[in-house]
Amino acid sequence: MIRLEKRPQPSRVWSMATPLVAVLATMIAGGLLFAALGKNPVEAIRTIFWDPLFGEFAFYYRPQLLVKGAPLVLIAIGLSLGFRAGIWNIGAEGQYIMGAICGAGAGLAFYPADSALIFPLMVVAGALGGWAWAMIPAVLKTRFGTNEILVSLMLVYVAEQFLASVSLGLLKNPEGFGFPGSRNLQSWDAAHNAELITGTGMHWGVVAALIAVIFAYVLLNRHMLGYHIRLSGEAPRAARFAGVNPTRLVLFCLGTSGALAGLAGLFEVSGPSGQISIDFNVGYGFTAIIVAFLGRLHPVGILLAGGLMALTYIGGDIAQSNMGLPSAAIQVFQGMLLFFLLALDLLTNFRIALSKPEVV
Amino acid sequence: MKLNKLLTSAAVAFGLATGAVAADDKTKVGFVYVGPVGDGGWTYEHDQGRKAVVEEFGDKVETVYVENVAEGPDAERVMTQMALEGADLIFTTSFGYMDPTINVAKKFPNVKFEHATGYKRADNVSTYSARFYEGRAVQGHIAGQMTESNIIGYIGSYPIPEVIRGINSAYLHAKEVNPDVQFKIVWAFTWFDPAKEADAAKVLIEQGADVILQHTDSTAPQAAAQAAGNVITFGQASDMAEYGPKPRVSSIIDDWAPYYIARTKAVMDGTWESSDTWDGIGAGMVKIGEISDAVPAEIKASALALKASLADGSYHAFTGPIKKQDGSDWLADGETADDGTLAGMNFYVEGLEGDIPQ
Amino acid sequence: MDLSAINPVLLVASLMVAATPILIAAIGELVVEKSGVLNLGVEGMMITGAIAGFATAVETGSPLLGFFAAAFAGAALSVLFGFLTQIAQANQVASGLALTLFGLGLSALMGQSYVGVKPPQMSDIHIPVLSDLPVVGPILFGHDIILYFGIALTAAVWALLKFSRAGLVLRAVGENHDAAHALGYKVIRIRLMAILFGGACAGIGGAYISLIRVPQWTEGMTAGVGWIALALVVFASWKPWRALLGAYLFGGVTVVQLNLQAAGVAIPVEYLAMSPYVITIIVLVILSADKSSAPAALGRNFHASR
Repeated sequence: MIRLEKRPQPSRVWSMATPLVAVLATMIAGGLLFAALGKNPVEAIRTIFWDPLFGEFAFYYRPQLLVKGAPLVLIAIGLSLGFRAGIWNIGAEGQYIMGAICGAGAGLAFYPADSALIFPLMVVAGALGGWAWAMIPAVLKTRFGTNEILVSLMLVYVAEQFLASVSLGLLKNPEGFGFPGSRNLQSWDAAHNAELITGTGMHWGVVAALIAVIFAYVLLNRHMLGYHIRLSGEAPRAARFAGVNPTRLVLFCLGTSGALAGLAGLFEVSGPSGQISIDFNVGYGFTAIIVAFLGRLHPVGILLAGGLMALTYIGGDIAQSNMGLPSAAIQVFQGMLLFFLLALDLLTNFRIALSKPEVV
Repeated sequence: MKLNKLLTSAAVAFGLATGAVAADDKTKVGFVYVGPVGDGGWTYEHDQGRKAVVEEFGDKVETVYVENVAEGPDAERVMTQMALEGADLIFTTSFGYMDPTINVAKKFPNVKFEHATGYKRADNVSTYSARFYEGRAVQGHIAGQMTESNIIGYIGSYPIPEVIRGINSAYLHAKEVNPDVQFKIVWAFTWFDPAKEADAAKVLIEQGADVILQHTDSTAPQAAAQAAGNVITFGQASDMAEYGPKPRVSSIIDDWAPYYIARTKAVMDGTWESSDTWDGIGAGMVKIGEISDAVPAEIKASALALKASLADGSYHAFTGPIKKQDGSDWLADGETADDGTLAGMNFYVEGLEGDIPQ
Repeated sequence: MDLSAINPVLLVASLMVAATPILIAAIGELVVEKSGVLNLGVEGMMITGAIAGFATAVETGSPLLGFFAAAFAGAALSVLFGFLTQIAQANQVASGLALTLFGLGLSALMGQSYVGVKPPQMSDIHIPVLSDLPVVGPILFGHDIILYFGIALTAAVWALLKFSRAGLVLRAVGENHDAAHALGYKVIRIRLMAILFGGACAGIGGAYISLIRVPQWTEGMTAGVGWIALALVVFASWKPWRALLGAYLFGGVTVVQLNLQAAGVAIPVEYLAMSPYVITIIVLVILSADKSSAPAALGRNFHASR
């Protein structure tokens, strides 16, 4: 009979190999799905995974990977700190929205001034907005012991309504003929988070994401606080004996993830997206949770996972348009990819052993 | 299951993987959709328009579409991708695609763009929209006469000019035939949430409305009206004929097919020019679904007469004297509204109660 | 403003309908969480149930068969989750989110040919005399049978958890899986059964939306109800009757909000639309004095090691 044996140490070989095996398995299963839908499976797989990176128009898609991946990585890094410590912020979507609103609002208050201070001000306001929104579940948790999963999730819906409200009211473009949505920050140089080098997709959000990865890596591996975070997640009792202050840890983890999500929102609204509108948020906050886990809560892993998710989004859109695949098929495909990655993760921590049935 | 089919398509796949070079004499038309083609409303009707283009031109045209495209950078990427892949004409079908469309159009001066419901144009960007409020006028005309409780319920999505225009138009024409009519307006604050729409319809019915007008796309209000019994509704975006002859007594249908065919033809002939199209019943962009037998013959006849006068341009749905809600004058006797004011309409006309949420 | 236009009897009756899908899904998830498993895939299972139920009802003409199919589809999807988390030891939060993504896509694929189709109607029960009573009639005796099923389910789960041996074992597994294992209970098997039950309930809840509450099929039509159901479980602090109360509160705030609008109360709508969530948070803070309720092993995977 087949039995699982826990490895004393997670296998290094498998932790490198499983993502590749999972992607291969997804290609096969996804290929069958596409074939069942009457599409050419080889072409579909190639379109999703190959074309964005090496296809004819890769010069355009490669920068887009940065644009799509940066907010995912930035948010996921923040979330991973909390997840490691057993603090569950699943409301990053709301913090992302509030960061964007506060950042854009702080900038628009000075429209149409032309000062080099405006963009830095917006960055600070964006981070603060996300931070403050995350502080609500944090303070409620530390003061009253309320469940942060629920509070942070509820606040997403509150933030969405608030977004609709400011799009129609406070931040509405006065020159927009009554249509909802703010001024477009792309056309206001002082507030525009433009590409740093034209054609590379590299904007401040990408830079921030990379800095966050390095920062998180150093924090987790070289710093006492990082050690406390890991200890709290793995052995909460031991953490208490080690003198970890749970209240401060909750405030730090939720606050950091909120601030990073807020920053992601600010960089998005001032750059690629350009304006606050009713449908400004597109689910980065939720996708980032998946990215955090796909990356095994490890900063470098998250970087790669963010890239992979971005790739399937971009490749998926290309496959839709070039091959007429419905977007639902792409969603199923992404779901499969996640399933395989999660399922095969087993091999990292467990060994499959064949043994004689014992007392069952 | 169809193992056979699987195997053959895989074989075909290998065979074709190398030789997939498109013949370039085809006109390639791209469509960017904000929702799924299966939403049964807004996106569904645009996709019907796309299918009509295929049917009309057959082999001479190739259409591509991407659904569920979020407004913002995703939309910009999808448009760029279509342009890179050789699209000659791209329809972008949501208001929020406005700035992305302009951005991409700058990069591809030889590709023509058509943006629905926006107001920014360029040499290679046209805008188009439909005068739904003309349909609303016919609805109001029927609703005002059909209501017995004199309460008409109206489900709005978000308070944007498009929706406000519809409310004003329906109200003016209901009031014209029934001075006692009262509108109860509920804002759902969502584009799409069938369950909430169902709730909104039920609430309005419970509060005495016996006509439900909706500016949301699901059939949920129709079903709620049917369950309630003596309530009538109008189909929105698509015909919703499955709920006829009652509660659904008529409908406003978006018909993009004639426009899409005409613009594709213009690209083929090389006669395409940037333009601003705002068509209504006359050009066939807005259609009034068949008025069912639940509507008495004389009301039906006068509704059709109103429709005809809107279609031939002899009557404008906003013809003075009309005052704003606060009592100030808007249109003098016989004056008709200009398109600029209509496009950005953000006020109720006199007689409507409540405030527009800001 | 005309508050007299609001008919409290009808308000309560429609609030019950609005609450039912959340309630059924939440009761299922409650059992799952009681066993120590957190399945965030409720939304995915609900929407899959919604289309499976809808398609079956349309093809067979029987809404009831549709509900069975929905339960089956929801359970089938939950098997995936069960496999990932219980057999393959994958993280529950990530697996649940993946399940939602997968379910949304799958349902859209399944539903392609059902857009714009009108399903067979499920009629409300009508008991002579009782259903015609004023006030009590419309509230208590004038609904469809699934609504009563939801209430019966709540009672059944309550009784099961409180009085039966099976309930005791389930709770033991959720509180301390190592101890339960040491006592000889099959932790994995029990959790898998709880997950299946949760999936079936979510499926039925989804089908209630597509077959009764709306009724129609459109992609993504559950529009976040699954997340509300998840919230409800925590809100109810894992107590079935509180889940019922909470479902009526959640459903009620939306219905009341729309009622106030229709009556012309001049409160900013977007703030009214936020109110269910804000109120939930407030209630949560008030209820947080009660810390006895969360299953201790919630979200933690179990592997029998020797």
